[in-house]
Amino acid sequence: MSTPRYLIKGATTAAGETGVDFVIEAGRIAERGRSLSASGVVVVDADGLVLLPGMVDIHTHLREPGREDAETVETGTRAAALGGYTAVHAMANSMPVADTAGVVEQVYALGRRAGWVDVRPVGAVTIGLAGERLAELGAMAQSRAAVRVFSDDGICVSDPVLMRRALEYVKAFDGVVAQHAQDPRLTAGAQMNEGAVSAVLGLAGWPAVAEESIIARDVLLAQHVGSRLHVCHVSTAGSVEIIRWAKQRGVNVTAEVTPHHLLLTDELVRSWDPVYKVNPPLRTNDDVTALREALADGTIDVIGTDHAPHPSEHKECEWAQAAMGMTGLETALSVVQHTMIETGLMDWSRFAEATSILPARIGGVAPQGRPLKPGEMANLTLVDPAARWTVDPHKMATKGRNSPFAGLELPGAVVATFYAGHATVLEGRLNTPHPDAQGD
Amino acid sequence: MKHLLSTESLSAVDAVRILDTAEEMAAVGEREVKKLPALRGRTVVNLFFEDSTRTRISFEAAAKRLSADVINFAAKGSSVSKGESLKDTAQTLEAMSADAVVIRHWASGAPARLAASDWIDAAVINAGDGTHEHPTQALLDAFTLRRHWSRVAGRPSLGGDLAGLRIAIVGDVLHSRVARSNLWLLTTLGAEVTLVAPPTLLPVGIDSWPCRVSFDLDEVLATGPDAIMMLRVQGERMNAAFFPSTREYTRTWGFDDERLAALEASAGKDTIIMHPGPMNRGLEISSAAADSPRSTILAQVRNGVSVRMAVLYLLLSGDDSAQPTPAQEATV
Repeated sequence: MSTPRYLIKGATTAAGETGVDFVIEAGRIAERGRSLSASGVVVVDADGLVLLPGMVDIHTHLREPGREDAETVETGTRAAALGGYTAVHAMANSMPVADTAGVVEQVYALGRRAGWVDVRPVGAVTIGLAGERLAELGAMAQSRAAVRVFSDDGICVSDPVLMRRALEYVKAFDGVVAQHAQDPRLTAGAQMNEGAVSAVLGLAGWPAVAEESIIARDVLLAQHVGSRLHVCHVSTAGSVEIIRWAKQRGVNVTAEVTPHHLLLTDELVRSWDPVYKVNPPLRTNDDVTALREALADGTIDVIGTDHAPHPSEHKECEWAQAAMGMTGLETALSVVQHTMIETGLMDWSRFAEATSILPARIGGVAPQGRPLKPGEMANLTLVDPAARWTVDPHKMATKGRNSPFAGLELPGAVVATFYAGHATVLEGRLNTPHPDAQGD
Repeated sequence: MKHLLSTESLSAVDAVRILDTAEEMAAVGEREVKKLPALRGRTVVNLFFEDSTRTRISFEAAAKRLSADVINFAAKGSSVSKGESLKDTAQTLEAMSADAVVIRHWASGAPARLAASDWIDAAVINAGDGTHEHPTQALLDAFTLRRHWSRVAGRPSLGGDLAGLRIAIVGDVLHSRVARSNLWLLTTLGAEVTLVAPPTLLPVGIDSWPCRVSFDLDEVLATGPDAIMMLRVQGERMNAAFFPSTREYTRTWGFDDERLAALEASAGKDTIIMHPGPMNRGLEISSAAADSPRSTILAQVRNGVSVRMAVLYLLLSGDDSAQPTPAQEATV
């Protein structure tokens, strides 16, 4: 099936050029210019709106297979489209774990069938995320899902030998190991950031050093074996320093930060509301400041949402009993605009880099994160930076109601999302999935 | 005051009011008929997710002396052990019209979670949550200390605070809800607190606490504190490398016979020895110390009932200070 033709009128580009028109046809950008006209098109008025390369999430939990009560590929990718995303990397901690070609192909096929975004399955590093034996990384890489990112996310690959072998092995197919940096021994039973607040609340502390020591080890390993390392959800100022040092030494390391770690601190835990319970935990104000600076100067390369929906009963309980994680797909753009753009720390050009160009490159997602030029695949996000809205988790497309931003007024709204030339979101509302979706 | 969740958020005025009311309750306890009709027809639920005979019977005695109906709901042997959530349990108690829920829970923050939720309307009293707080323990300790201080300083107990009193709290501060609640309450009441512990048993982030910290018990004892509060140490901490052995712990941080002798030798000082119980005799406190005339351990237990009566009375009879006091009511 073919997609309709669109004419986007008068957009502002990430670089700040205004009044630019785009014609989208047959999945691609057909024309770029000024005062373009075309007949038989859907006209999208983009006056005052910013047109960005479609956002790519390097870190998403879609929960399917296994926890369809928390999220499905369908609901999670609807949420992604509404959040401005055209691709997501689906983390491997499903049930069964995405540790075989069969499971990653299933997730890939579910994504194709849903048709809202590119679903790029992440393969587990170790069988069952157990940290004991390597999963069949090569088989997943060669499968139809063409996996390039491998992660035991949720659990750290803590065994240094296993981590070394994984880093080496994925070089065979230009893969990358995305490490969840958390020393398990230093965080046994940990409930929140270890510091002044945990001391008062009497919650078992999650020391910054448990993250930093693993990152330090891994960047040295990556350098030793000449491989590529990606650090998931960096959360401490110390981690930033280590990554900065590693990059200066030429280590091939990239890093991500979540929107929630750019805004929220462990002071919120004083409420005892488990909506603020997340892994890695919310840290201190100094950490937030360091993370923002690191994202602005490129030490931290990308935004990863770590979208982690949970059924309400997993949050309506005691803090220690509650599941860790927050939803993020439908708030990421606004939180990043609020924390990074409205503070003057970065512009839309760096935003496009951090949310599209670089995550597409890290994940090896070829048609994503591309320049807005004729001939390129039309994966685009159209944003109204002047919009203001109040976060209401009950109005979200994700099944998860666990948004820590509930009730917060945030700037910026996604007006339209174009996925492979088709508007999955139009006028801020879900439109239709890509017409090729049913074809699978 | 609708709930009693922590002493961190308790004002000096409210704390003194609870202690003063507890003095009246204590007076009732010395009468032949120890029962007051104050909470007749009200239901107090003891909701215990963690074993605690001492605290539970203390609350039960307090509620019964105020003529409340008491329901004991222990997590073991109830639907909670079958996987019922805190939310469902709370809603069940709400449906049974509980007026107050006294909750003991192994998870820090569970009472606060209950109070903040819309699961239940009842007054929530924290009877110890994880390693967070144990406010009624701190109140009974403050009550005991205030009586001691009034004897030593020759000032009336009623209406008074603890200004000028010096207290050493010794032991496993990291895992102690008693230490936390006491630190906040005693300093709010004007006392000076020194925490004494091995560095491994002090929380990271303690720097901002309103107290002195020492690793040397003998040095602190030499300064002649007015009270020494020994905390329970669990032997299993040894297995997690918090300290090398129980013997080394006792030698360095235990209140043993040598330290008792040194205290007796240091002329005239009227220092009391406190312990929240249950004690590990021979570990953090020697038998001679626990049983010495300086020990207030049994007075603490006795005072616990008075303090818990006061808390139940103040929470359940409304926040109106113009109301008659229970003693006046009882004479009507």
